[in-house]
Amino acid sequence: MPKTPLWDLPELPKNELPLHLQLQKTRVFCNNDAPTHTENIHYSGAYAAMGVDNSLRLDEFRKNFKVKIIKLNEEDMEFDLIGIDASIANAFRRILISEVPTMAIEKVLVANSSSVVQDEVLAHRLGLIPIIVDPRLFDYMSENDIPNEKNSIVFKLHVKNKRGSGERRTVFSHDLQWLPFGSEYALPTENPSDPNSNTKPKTYTSYTFSQDTLPEFSSNPITVTPGIIISKLGPGQEIELEAHACKGLGKTHAKWSPVATAWYRMLPEVILLQDIEDEDAEELVKKCPVNVFDIEDMGKGRKWATVARPRACTLCRECIREPGWEEKVALRRVKDHFIFTIESTGALPPEVLFTEAVKILEDKCERLITEMS
Amino acid sequence: MEHGSYHDLSASTVELKDEDHTLANSLRFTLNQDPRVTLCGYSIPHPSEAKVNIRVQTTGDPAKEVLKDSCQDLMMICQHVRSTFDQAVADFKNNQSSESE
Ligand code: SF4
Repeated sequence: MPKTPLWDLPELPKNELPLHLQLQKTRVFCNNDAPTHTENIHYSGAYAAMGVDNSLRLDEFRKNFKVKIIKLNEEDMEFDLIGIDASIANAFRRILISEVPTMAIEKVLVANSSSVVQDEVLAHRLGLIPIIVDPRLFDYMSENDIPNEKNSIVFKLHVKNKRGSGERRTVFSHDLQWLPFGSEYALPTENPSDPNSNTKPKTYTSYTFSQDTLPEFSSNPITVTPGIIISKLGPGQEIELEAHACKGLGKTHAKWSPVATAWYRMLPEVILLQDIEDEDAEELVKKCPVNVFDIEDMGKGRKWATVARPRACTLCRECIREPGWEEKVALRRVKDHFIFTIESTGALPPEVLFTEAVKILEDKCERLITEMS
Repeated sequence: MEHGSYHDLSASTVELKDEDHTLANSLRFTLNQDPRVTLCGYSIPHPSEAKVNIRVQTTGDPAKEVLKDSCQDLMMICQHVRSTFDQAVADFKNNQSSESE
């Protein structure tokens, strides 16, 4: 009898893995003791011995990749990325958190601060306030740049609690006032008492025109997220300062991160390996804290359990904790289905943040290609 | 910067400045999916230095070209992700506005 290679046997479908390997490749198994098959199999020749090609086919990726928006508003969004590898989904997440630029307060010039909050703590608190402005309209400021209308935003904060008012005054983020003309403070090198100079003294910024003449800002002035408490002033106390914001990245300091957070989880998959009926079904429904299971009537007074809301599963593994249950219920995660959540801090809407993040990864590749050519 | 031997172009290590897991891990994925690659991996020699080394060994093609092709692949993936995502957002917004009417 002539020898036939294993993969030429008629009952083996070509370019398809046997079921159990397919399962191990595409699912994380969440067992009672520990998860298994957590790694992704990347190597193109991983299944070469079986005649299965594991390499990347761009047209196949294009065919299988899907995006489903679940929720979207100005602040946050949830969407499904289906058919993508964890390494790339994770790259998007990392870029969202640390490499999409925003504007944040970087320098604080304190003219007067008699509140109990120390200047450096105050400056740090100011830095963390999200500024609601599109960072793409601004340039980065390098060390030797003079702040101008293209690379900085100046805010003024002047709050005073009158002596003898008898009550505390809360200083909020919305007390910050945007100065479209730039800084009002003269540089110490200028001589303010010089009577024969009629030019305006040089300030900490040099704006050639006011930012509010720009079409982007003329109708919607730059603001910060309102309602954030900066400090509290007792009677007679006062804060007077100028805050200068510039463009930066989250990897320098978290204040430049455009997201409150961005995260993903893999889609949970709950499978009933056997029919679970009557008392067992009741028990199973009661076990799950997030109500993944439902009971369906089969008629004749018999009931069985169904998986109604697998997406809600937190993989707490309570349903398979007791002996015997692991044979009845299988908990898995789909390796290439990501439930992605983005919470924006307000500078840019979340969907724009994601497209920006993807663009940044593209730019990285492009940079590498040109550097190597 | 590239460390490789002049006699054997099929293996080399590329050092990328100012990059981290974000790019290196994605590239490792696209490199591994290329049938010409026999081995690839990356390492960050020290956590406080912003650089990463990517090692590529191939079946014979110049490692540099294979790495460039992987970058190209990753770029194509990104472009496709972006266009699909933008389309999904546009559809979602359309649906929402037609529902609220
Ligand atoms: S793992 Fe926890 S959340 Fe998921 S189905 Fe089981 S009991 Fe419910």
